[in-house]
Amino acid sequence: MKREPPRTIADYAPLAFPAIMLIVFFVVPFSTMIAVSFFRRQQGGFYTPDFVIDNYARFLSAFFGGVLGFSLMLAITVAVICVAIAFPFTYLLTKASRRVQIVWLVCLLSVLSLSEVIIGFAWSTLFSRTAGITNLLVPLGLMSESQALLPGIGAVLTGMVYQALPYTILVLYPALVRLDPTLLEAARTLGASPLRGFFGIIVPALRNTIVATLIMVFVFALGSYLLPQILGRPQHWTLSVHITDQAIYQSNMPFAAAMAVFLVLISLALVGLTLLVGGRKEVA
Amino acid sequence: MMETFLRRLGFALVALFLAGPLIVVAGVSVNERQSLSFPPQGFSIAWYSQIFTDPGWRAALIASVLLAAFSAALAVIIALPLSWFLWRRVAPWANVFRLLGVAPFILPPVITALGLLTFWATIGFYGQPWTAVISHAIFFVTLPLVTLSLGFSSIDRSLVEVAATMGADERTVLRTVVLPLILPYLISGYAFAFVLSLNEYIVAYMTVGFTMETLPIKIFNALRYGYTPTMASVSIFFVAIAALVFSLIARFGDLPRLLGAMSSEEK
Amino acid sequence: MSGLVFNDVSKHFGNFAAVDRVNLSVPHGTFVCMLGPSGCGKTTLLRMVAGLEESTTGTILLDGKDITPVPTHKRNLGMVFQSLALFPHLTVGENVAYPLRIRSMAKEEQKKRVEELLTLIHLPGYAERPVSKLSGGQRQRVAIARALALSPRLFLLDEPLSALDAKLREAMQVELRQLQQKLGITTIVVTHDQREAMTMADLVVVMGDGRIRQAASPIDIYRKPADAFVADFIGSTNLLTVEADSAGRAIVLGQPVPGLSLPNGMAKGLISIRPEDVHLAKNANGGIRGKVTFIRDLGGTIETFVDASGTTIVAVTTPRERGDITAGAEVNVVLPADSCVVLKQ
Repeated sequence: MKREPPRTIADYAPLAFPAIMLIVFFVVPFSTMIAVSFFRRQQGGFYTPDFVIDNYARFLSAFFGGVLGFSLMLAITVAVICVAIAFPFTYLLTKASRRVQIVWLVCLLSVLSLSEVIIGFAWSTLFSRTAGITNLLVPLGLMSESQALLPGIGAVLTGMVYQALPYTILVLYPALVRLDPTLLEAARTLGASPLRGFFGIIVPALRNTIVATLIMVFVFALGSYLLPQILGRPQHWTLSVHITDQAIYQSNMPFAAAMAVFLVLISLALVGLTLLVGGRKEVA
Repeated sequence: MMETFLRRLGFALVALFLAGPLIVVAGVSVNERQSLSFPPQGFSIAWYSQIFTDPGWRAALIASVLLAAFSAALAVIIALPLSWFLWRRVAPWANVFRLLGVAPFILPPVITALGLLTFWATIGFYGQPWTAVISHAIFFVTLPLVTLSLGFSSIDRSLVEVAATMGADERTVLRTVVLPLILPYLISGYAFAFVLSLNEYIVAYMTVGFTMETLPIKIFNALRYGYTPTMASVSIFFVAIAALVFSLIARFGDLPRLLGAMSSEEK
Repeated sequence: MSGLVFNDVSKHFGNFAAVDRVNLSVPHGTFVCMLGPSGCGKTTLLRMVAGLEESTTGTILLDGKDITPVPTHKRNLGMVFQSLALFPHLTVGENVAYPLRIRSMAKEEQKKRVEELLTLIHLPGYAERPVSKLSGGQRQRVAIARALALSPRLFLLDEPLSALDAKLREAMQVELRQLQQKLGITTIVVTHDQREAMTMADLVVVMGDGRIRQAASPIDIYRKPADAFVADFIGSTNLLTVEADSAGRAIVLGQPVPGLSLPNGMAKGLISIRPEDVHLAKNANGGIRGKVTFIRDLGGTIETFVDASGTTIVAVTTPRERGDITAGAEVNVVLPADSCVVLKQ
């Protein structure tokens, strides 16, 4: 039972089904989408095959330039907030007992798997006038009357951080749980306080992990498409929302595809950057 | 002392942040009357039974569960032979397929959704319920692929060799050694894909959104027309399912290891 | 012939020869220990016998039949791995019954055979236990029982005792040897522990750099090492340069060794002499002059380190023979000719 290169057709057989499925239902659709991004839009129907770059050209307009800029800024802000909270939290989590860790992991996975719809609904409830947190502040005398905290950028940001935080923690978890515990102990024996040990030793040691996580969370946040709709105003719509909007409601598939291709390029560039950062970790 | 206090405080704040919205939704879900108010006025679990009795919600629930059950199964059927092949054979080029399997999960979901939308529309099956099963299977194939790859890499190869020395051929080794050992990873891969498929919105919406209502689609549609407390009860119901499934994985599997810790002996 | 024969067996990984033209004949029922430092090719050779590695050239014959093309699962052998490779998802009984089960042996018969085997390894009644609940020594025995379940033609063990502590290891060595004698099965054990090899083997095969350096009985390996590598690897020894002078006498450290002569045509070589054969005398005539630099008193034996013009010679004596030699003393080192083995350099 040696591990060896496949030799006969039969050796390749197990690969057949997965390969066909992934090629037919991922590679082909993906290519279709790229092709469609160069097609011409047909009024009242889908599109006609063609090769035009109008769809990309339109993308350079001031309006979509603004959308892109807003999407990127929003994703960056979410990524920074999430990592800032998740890093110390995950560090403390990995220091907890195995039992505590498991309970937390179950909770984090449960929240992570929650539909964006549910997250959006939950926060819209929490920020609503009739059932929101402001109702708790009124009896405390901190507020004269309850009020709605949405729609608004703050609500969008809160919802997205809520969505991305469990993801961030779970991305950081492997790196932190494998961290050599003697690292901090060594710092402690040299007289560093826990806090100084953390910022002086742990954070620099994991600098590359932090950068990689920032990028991962950034890409994750770019994918958010319902929260800006539920919790924000139209000017808070991200690229993902506009892609859906163009594809479904404006029936402009070529333009939606062009935006999607653009989004892929940004994501791929950033994932590539992550791999580069991750790869350099081995050397450093 | 300071450290313990800081840790407790940090844990409490994050817990409050994560649980807060869910507590409010849970509170809202037991309101006696159809109103969006918190703290709840009166107590009633009628909105929970509504999930199963109201034809609209029940149909959406059944559609979601069927979609999740079939697509997770298909995802496992795709991931199992692939991860087995990658473990069994020396074929570096085959890692391309691993990459293809992970890509839909890493990229923003709207991209996969749009790709599948154009694909199904082009070949003329747009809106068929089974297209959602395939779409979700491809979208979530990453999860069983990752858990199974982890499972295979955790098999000590000498176990396979020792089975061969005792007379087991390839098929027998697969049946008596390999499959029993990766079964926990297979189940967790299925469970992850199942729960995420249950909650998935955009891929389902773009592929079958106009012909079929899954629960997330139903909630979103309902949200646009105003509030019904059933949304709250469904949300809590989903949180409970996810928590239950992940607790089971933690109970019967090694959750920290699945999520990247080296081994259970570490702590 | 009956038994296991290696014909010019080699294994190359690229340009590196892990096993280099091995020729060996093992009569049926022999207990063989493959001994050598790590990376010498002994495990690769064992895995080739099991069919887990393919030989680059050469053939392996079992009872006159070439088994080289036979896949592992048809070779009818029992093997114990260094990791023991007990199936974690099966109980002790299910582990031992594994080879019987995959041959669809009747349940009753399986049960009987398992109990028989567990009795053989002194673990009767352990069938229902999970393997994770066993001690190191018990796991060891279970792995052995499982390998023997089918009464195989060949019993192969790869560093089987390396995970055990010293005391348990010695006990298991004796037990394994007794078991093999009872069953009369051809057995090959790979080990880097020369004490283990000396305790168990009929035939010790010393390997170095992929080649067999010497294959002989334990006592011959010890008393008549074939080369400096074997002499140095088995036990401890003094390796000293020897030269023939014009009169044909053998000169070691400037002094002739009475009664010792070099083979014809050899002008320079090495002698190997075991520490327990070296005699030390105070104020004696003849022999090599030296100064005692250190004495290690181990209770049962005493090791004396003597510096003779820059070369360290070690002598081992019992406390009774020690005399009044102390550190710093001038001594004469006497090398009895019949204890010296002359080796090529």
